[in-house]
Amino acid sequence: MDLFEYQGKQFFAQYGMPVSAGEVALTVDEAVDAAERLGTPVMVKAQVHTGGRGKAGGIKFAATLDDVRTHASDILGLDIRGHVVGRVWIEKASDIADEYYASFTLDRSAKKHLGMLSAEGGVEIETVAVENPDAIAKVWVDPVDGLDEATARDWVMAANLPEAAVEGTVDVLLKLYMAYVDGDADLVEVNPLILTPEGRIHVLDAKVTLDANSVFRHEDYEAYDETQARDERETAAHARGLQYVGLDGSVGVIANGAGLAMSTVDVVNQVGGSPANFLDIGGGANAEVMAGALEVINNDPAVRSIFINIFGGITRGEEVANGIVGALERVAIDAPIVIRLDGTNADEGRTILEPHLSDALQMAPTMLDAARRAVELAEGREV
Amino acid sequence: MSIFVDAETRVVYQGLTGSQGRYYGLLNRDYGTRVVAGTNPRKAGTDVDGIPVFATVAEAVAETGATASCVFIPAAGVHGAVIEAAEGGVEFIVAITEGVPAHDEAHFYNRLRRDYPHVRLLGPNCPGIISPGQCNIGITAGHIALPGGPVGIVSRSGTLTYQALYELREKGIGCTTCVGIGGDPVPGTSFIDCLEAFEADPDTKAVMMIGEIGGSAEEEAAEFIATRMTKPISAYVAGVTAPPGKKMGHAGAIVSGGKGTAAAKMDALRAAGVRVGLNPTEAGELMADIVAGL
Repeated sequence: MDLFEYQGKQFFAQYGMPVSAGEVALTVDEAVDAAERLGTPVMVKAQVHTGGRGKAGGIKFAATLDDVRTHASDILGLDIRGHVVGRVWIEKASDIADEYYASFTLDRSAKKHLGMLSAEGGVEIETVAVENPDAIAKVWVDPVDGLDEATARDWVMAANLPEAAVEGTVDVLLKLYMAYVDGDADLVEVNPLILTPEGRIHVLDAKVTLDANSVFRHEDYEAYDETQARDERETAAHARGLQYVGLDGSVGVIANGAGLAMSTVDVVNQVGGSPANFLDIGGGANAEVMAGALEVINNDPAVRSIFINIFGGITRGEEVANGIVGALERVAIDAPIVIRLDGTNADEGRTILEPHLSDALQMAPTMLDAARRAVELAEGREV
Repeated sequence: MSIFVDAETRVVYQGLTGSQGRYYGLLNRDYGTRVVAGTNPRKAGTDVDGIPVFATVAEAVAETGATASCVFIPAAGVHGAVIEAAEGGVEFIVAITEGVPAHDEAHFYNRLRRDYPHVRLLGPNCPGIISPGQCNIGITAGHIALPGGPVGIVSRSGTLTYQALYELREKGIGCTTCVGIGGDPVPGTSFIDCLEAFEADPDTKAVMMIGEIGGSAEEEAAEFIATRMTKPISAYVAGVTAPPGKKMGHAGAIVSGGKGTAAAKMDALRAAGVRVGLNPTEAGELMADIVAGL
């Protein structure tokens, strides 16, 4: 789950990290009211789940309330890398003496937490990593040990931060690690972490991704779930508990198992077609789940054909076939369907499907055959 | 021969009294797996279809000589269950449960490394392991696997593993052991662990590998293959066309910051001499070709 900057800052504040006072606003008037309460000058910041906001004109300094009005009306509704700005964060402007970068994430290779700290903040860390990799000081933290103060101090020294910034940065890093672990985050990133002219260390931006698997021990994370960037199709699938990712093509894809679903999307591409989605219905493939999946696909106006790719393991072919037949009784499907059914009792399953076959419901013996047929139906041409 | 589990493996099911644990525990027993015990602190002293239930893994090990455990505990309890199994004295832990927080996984992975280095963890979020004809722990449909070798399989994906077993069986090719390492960010057992074991297993003559997007496990495996493997390998990597920044079902299957792409993984494997198929069927055909030439 990706947090907006303001949610990330509120999250950091719970762990005692120094963030600016601010308010979120959904309209221009709300933005001006917020600025009035906070006192100018303020920053007007677009809240979107993507980077590059500054370059896109999504972050502006406002010296007066009139400036706030101008900037908020420019920024609200702005399209930043495909994300339309629906809310802005108004916060007290900070004076900056120096900018740094700090983050924690899981290093899957080392199977330890990786902390990265750089004296070159305010630019994308990927750029620093390419152009000046030595400017990033890394520390690997064993989750069993955690991060102690001595290690944090050595790490700050290794990053060559100026003397004035050391103590404050050590303190923020320890709190950042606490937020990362205690909050079950996949990523916590502060860029920039600033040194103010008065010598304080301050969090000026927040990028936080939380592990959706940890929601069972963080009841408050449900609020974040509601603000995830999802298109209409993804929202509908999410409500049905389906693993769905929207794509741009015309062949709707339903498969059981994440690997098989990914593979199905690949094969549709391989034969020259374009998948409309990734959809994993899990192992069961009963009528209810299948009906829900078909509903989601059916509501996608771009879909011209549907490819159902099922491999029966423990779930037998006849159960899958009955599930498909049952789902088709419940949902009126607009696009023609091609089914590939293999695995346990596939023959029995195919026998059940046989009497239902028509132009609108076809069967193909292999994944590749089924993909070709589905693409032909979607694009009205031979492949 | 086989790797990690064989006909002598004695398994305790943590969560045997739950619906999933009971269903798969009994299926595994029907297959021939030595399902010797279950655990549930609130139901100690009872049994599940004749399988005795103990309060803890330690008691189950003491009473039944269990050597392995299979975890069918809800995600919130997996951390505790894995540590309990290691403390209880089993050598091999198979965690089927999906949805375990990544921080828990990172924590118990390192804890096992430090305090129980002889214990192997498989999973979480994996289909389990099957040495056909000998032992099946987890949720794989046993009858789709043909016993006898000469192929060993290691896979990050459940259904694609079944697909691979099935395609090999259709071609009359058997399997020594099929290991589903799972699609999570911190798998207890890696590709390399399995490749190393298959290389050492005299009955395994070739290995089929199924990867997917995300992380760098396939690239690391490729490096191992180039320097340490003598046995021929075919592979498939799912997610060639996955968009960046989107999790494709599995927690670990995500292309981020341009890293973890299927194309890069396939290139690395090809460079290491692996025969890479563009879809599961092609990888199966390549394996049939390899087996024919053995």
